Amino acid sequence: MSVAKIATRDSYGNALVELGKMHEDLVVLDADLAAATKTGVFKKEFPDRHIDCGIAENNMTGIAAGMATCGKVPFMSTFAMFAAGRSFEQVRNSIGYPHLNVKIGATHAGISVGEDGATHQCNEDIALMRTIPGMVIINPADDVEARAAVHAAYEYKGPVYLRFGRLAVPVIHSEDYHFEIGKGEVIREGKEVAIIATGLCVSEALEAANKLMDKGIDATVVNIHTIKPIDKALILEIAKKSKYLFTVEEHSVIGGLGSAVADVLCEEYPMKLTRIGIQDVFGESGPAVELLHKYGLDAEGIMERVEQVVNNE
Amino acid sequence: MNILDLEQKAIEVRKGILTAVYHAKSGHPGGSLSAADLFTYLYFEEMNIDPRNPDMENRDRFVLSKGHTAPGLYSTLANRGFFPVGDLKTLRHLGSYLQGHPDMKHIPGVDMSSGSLGQGLSAAVGMAMSGKMAGKDYRVYAMCGDGEIQEGQIWEAAMFAGHHKLDNLTVIIDNNNLQIDGTVQEVCSPYPIDKKFAAFHFHVITIDGNDMTQIATAFKQAHTKKDKPTVIIANTVKGKGVSFMENKVGWHGKAPNEEEYLLAMQELKKAGEAICQ
Repeated sequence: MSVAKIATRDSYGNALVELGKMHEDLVVLDADLAAATKTGVFKKEFPDRHIDCGIAENNMTGIAAGMATCGKVPFMSTFAMFAAGRSFEQVRNSIGYPHLNVKIGATHAGISVGEDGATHQCNEDIALMRTIPGMVIINPADDVEARAAVHAAYEYKGPVYLRFGRLAVPVIHSEDYHFEIGKGEVIREGKEVAIIATGLCVSEALEAANKLMDKGIDATVVNIHTIKPIDKALILEIAKKSKYLFTVEEHSVIGGLGSAVADVLCEEYPMKLTRIGIQDVFGESGPAVELLHKYGLDAEGIMERVEQVVNNE
Repeated sequence: MNILDLEQKAIEVRKGILTAVYHAKSGHPGGSLSAADLFTYLYFEEMNIDPRNPDMENRDRFVLSKGHTAPGLYSTLANRGFFPVGDLKTLRHLGSYLQGHPDMKHIPGVDMSSGSLGQGLSAAVGMAMSGKMAGKDYRVYAMCGDGEIQEGQIWEAAMFAGHHKLDNLTVIIDNNNLQIDGTVQEVCSPYPIDKKFAAFHFHVITIDGNDMTQIATAFKQAHTKKDKPTVIIANTVKGKGVSFMENKVGWHGKAPNEEEYLLAMQELKKAGEAICQ
């Protein structure tokens, strides 16, 4: 059986075109990466509403803020490294503080950027964005969810950080999937073990859970697409039902999903949590699939880690 | 409003700056005073605004990119009727809406939150671009400090504005030649400012930024310039209007004590009376 694979950056570009047809106030900003962020498809359709700011992300962030004060709904796009990293303070002060209606479409997030290596593999963006009051952070798992997230971000009034990947990933949702900001999704019901995943790690976690059945482990898999505000109720519900709890993310274990889940647990329901993610190291060059394997973020890596923790009890 | 009336208003704006900073026991009088004549001209003569309807859709916009001189902007807005002049005394106090740096969410008439140097100009450029795209005829004004233009983002914004021929944008550089660590020349010279903006395809006007007649001429000229943004390089005196604050970098971010405050207010009162005669 072959599963369709689509990179969520493509979903982003396609959703922008869909939204652009419906909403005149939507504008798209890019910083010389329209071909890579996939806003190029929007530019082709709506050249007058696509602004290429050149290689000047900080200025682009301010321009988006200024346009939002005039009633436009700007989607500003660049790589996660530059959107959240380079422009962190511009996002904080020019967008976050005045709570402006700017959507940040950050592509090429995480280690799956691949061959470009550590300088472009942003494993810190969720951590940075989580610290900004009022910022919504969405890290979709597949094409269906990514498109739904872009639509939901447009409808939401306020700043939203959308995280997309470069690598084509399996489509795990059907077209009738209902997406709601802040509401997680149980995609597999199991017993004792629960794997809470986000972004492209969701399909890997699902595959890992299927493989774990052969080892006698029946795992629940939860998709947390909205890192902020996090679905506290669902996390607590899952935690209370589970003996072993894991988080999986293509992001540093510092400040990302693992930290967000730990925050909920330590205040409401303390229990042991194993955080699978980038273990406080920089990435390196290599094909995305091989990198995900090396850093233990593919199905095999997740499966091994779960087995290790469960069998060591 | 005629020039004398505007000069009179500028005196009132300066009084408000001193009152605000004195009661706050902190804040930035130097750069507020240097720009007081520019603030006054903008809000009492130049801009299409309505204090009773601060969010009017087609209003002209102003971004104080050098946000630390908020007392100058607040005093002008208060004197123009956006909020009570008496509230200036609450500047920087806990619970006051008059935050240390401009806060668009809580202060009537503030079009953009600012204060982190280098960022405001980009927002103003975004407003100007938005106006062009929507076919609106509002104008956008941004004020930057001469020290502030050491920030790289200013030149990213200038490049964009020149490239997109944003003739609805007027940038004002408050060139008082002083920044915290010394003269801008000593610290890290941005000069020649005029040639730099000209290279970014701006129409450049240089004036004495404490001379109301020259200010009026410059803004009128900016309106006539098509296909280019305008920059007004306003040569000013930091601390202008208060003898002991003039050209003293020590008054960049320091509040006067009671004695100094009363002396300053006395000087301004006399200056106001002199204009009347």
